[in-house]
Amino acid sequence: MAVNAIELNGMMAGDRRIMLSSLTPGTEAQVSSVQGSGPISRRLQEMGVVPGVSIRVVKTAPFGDPFEVRLLGYSLAMRRSEAELVEVIA
Amino acid sequence: MDVLSAPSHALTIALAGNPNAGKTTLFNFLTGLKQKVANYPGVTVESRSGVWKAAAAAFTVIDLPGLYSLETTSIDESIARDVIEGKILHFARPDVIVAVVDATNLERNLYLVTQLFDFGVPVVVALTMIDVFERRKHEIDAVKMSRLLKVPVIAVNAADNRGAQELAEAVRSVAGARADHPMPQAPEDGDSENARIFARYSFISKVVQETVKHRDREAHRFSEKIDKVLTHRFFGLLILLLVLLVVFQTIFSWASLPMDLLESGFGFIGGEVRNLLPAGILSDLIVDGVVAGVGGILIFLPQILLLFLFISILEDTGYMARAAFMLDKLMSRVGLHGKAFLPLMSSFACAIPGIMATRTIENSRDRFATIMIAPLMSCSARLPVYTLMIGAFFAGQTVFGFISLGAVLMLAMYLLGISVAIVVAFLLKRTILKAEPAPFIMELPPYRMPNLRTILQNMLTRAWLFVKRAGTVILAISIVLWALMYFPREVSDPASQSQTVQVSEGQSSDLAPESQQLQNSYAGRLGHAIEPVIRPLGYDWKIGVALIASFAAREVLVSTLSIIYNVGKDENEESQTLIGAVREARNPDGSIVWTPLTALSLMVFFVLAMQCMSTVAIVRRETNSWRWPIFMVGYMTVLAYIGAFITYQGGRLLGFE
Repeated sequence: MAVNAIELNGMMAGDRRIMLSSLTPGTEAQVSSVQGSGPISRRLQEMGVVPGVSIRVVKTAPFGDPFEVRLLGYSLAMRRSEAELVEVIA
Repeated sequence: MDVLSAPSHALTIALAGNPNAGKTTLFNFLTGLKQKVANYPGVTVESRSGVWKAAAAAFTVIDLPGLYSLETTSIDESIARDVIEGKILHFARPDVIVAVVDATNLERNLYLVTQLFDFGVPVVVALTMIDVFERRKHEIDAVKMSRLLKVPVIAVNAADNRGAQELAEAVRSVAGARADHPMPQAPEDGDSENARIFARYSFISKVVQETVKHRDREAHRFSEKIDKVLTHRFFGLLILLLVLLVVFQTIFSWASLPMDLLESGFGFIGGEVRNLLPAGILSDLIVDGVVAGVGGILIFLPQILLLFLFISILEDTGYMARAAFMLDKLMSRVGLHGKAFLPLMSSFACAIPGIMATRTIENSRDRFATIMIAPLMSCSARLPVYTLMIGAFFAGQTVFGFISLGAVLMLAMYLLGISVAIVVAFLLKRTILKAEPAPFIMELPPYRMPNLRTILQNMLTRAWLFVKRAGTVILAISIVLWALMYFPREVSDPASQSQTVQVSEGQSSDLAPESQQLQNSYAGRLGHAIEPVIRPLGYDWKIGVALIASFAAREVLVSTLSIIYNVGKDENEESQTLIGAVREARNPDGSIVWTPLTALSLMVFFVLAMQCMSTVAIVRRETNSWRWPIFMVGYMTVLAYIGAFITYQGGRLLGFE
């Protein structure tokens, strides 16, 4: 996906880009890009995981996967493998 | 049909919205009880439509399935597209789309709205959950939002009857008008999918920024606080276990009273019919075929109603999504989706509602795998069989001196079903139902008080589907089975009994007339025919007859054995006489027919076999093909045979009898 205005707005010097799947509960970050073009990538974006959106990791399910994030005022669950498509700026 | 027909000139409205946006509540609020629930032709997506009688006009309302998007490939989404484009038989192309938008979750809800704009059908936005929204001290400028979206935006609330009138007026004002919707365009780099989605969200973000004042977006952490306990690593699982326990306990204990009442009710009807009609084939057909067959199925209605009551409550409150969230990891080990958990749990009561509940699983391969293993969960219809066998051969015995052997065996049967189900699911998902794991990208909706009306309506709809099934397929099968056991009629009156053809083994003389008739019937002959096949499992031809009959419904085994051993049809599984008869039954050579090992072998057979015509019929309907139900009956019968064979022959090798 091409770099666009909103994506750059959120970026500052020293920000690190990491995968959403590696965030620990309680951490807040901003989505910088969603990789891939398959159905999982599309569904994530349609659910609002698009560049510029703030996302907070809430908790992990009892058996370690999936995990819950909060964005746009609602709660979304996804598996770690799915969150690997999402790059964030923490 | 009549109550459902709006005047022919009436406008057609399609209700579209995200799951959990309050669409069903709004639909029920607008249409009241004037609604029709069916399936869209050729698929198992439920279609609901109804008539909304507003003050000045009547509308036909089509309630689309809950949707997050119209561009992905799930079956719900393609059906919704087809309805909007007027491509579905018997559904008029909608004149207006009412987009149901949850005010507390604007951005994601508006995403679907921007897609609805693309169809060129006039749109009206109905804002729901506005009471919750305002309670959180947020403010929304509906007038400005309407100007930015170029469509009417109406706040509606079913609880205080708010907005219905305005909604009706808005619908009438836009109908027929040329739709001029904002079309968020992707910037220069054009038409990559990601850019398109991004453009829509950018547009929405602007609209929301200009129209909504969020005093504190994160003030709403009520659900998160509840989740601290309900999805807790330890307490969450414990609570889930307790919830299941309560559901099962209730289904088994509360349902028993209405079930007993229904049972004696059907017994009474049967008795009355027998008194009213002259003795003969008609009376026998109605009493033994129709009333006994249909009644035997309908007595499960209380259990089904209760189960759906619980499912609806768990779903409506938002707890079901948490259960799937907690268990997805476990379920995905065998290749199933977290959402498969509920249908499988329901199947412990009865596979029929369980299979109906698989509709929430979007991926059809995951869904079919779940359907295929649902009947392996020990349902309540197996209980009479377990109870009879345990009562006859294992009563009063203990393990380690204090644990009841019966309880241990009962538990073992449940565990056997679960273990085999896990293996079957694992194999299916690696062979004929092989697929990429379906994504678990799922909204965890906020906890809400369940809506009583939605729950009751949901319950009644399911119950009605079940009753209809009992009235058609089950009725036909009951009559066929009755005929198999009734014909050919060689004993016409007691006087001619002595002329009865002696079938095999010269043992007819010790059979009462009814049993003798059964032996000579087609079912009896079938029993003899299959005896060589079932001998290695420890069964004789009489058990064979009962086995054949029980392929209609498992609990029929008990009543058929009662007929065979002539202990009277009204005996139930607790009957001492049937237990006694089973214990005393002798082979022609004088040896006993039933050993504890025979009983165990039969129990194992019942755990694994697909002996339920209603389930076969439901699977046919839910998978929309005969292939799956036939496969199901086939693989389960093979498993049952192997399981019973191993039990009986293995037991003998180990020196048991």
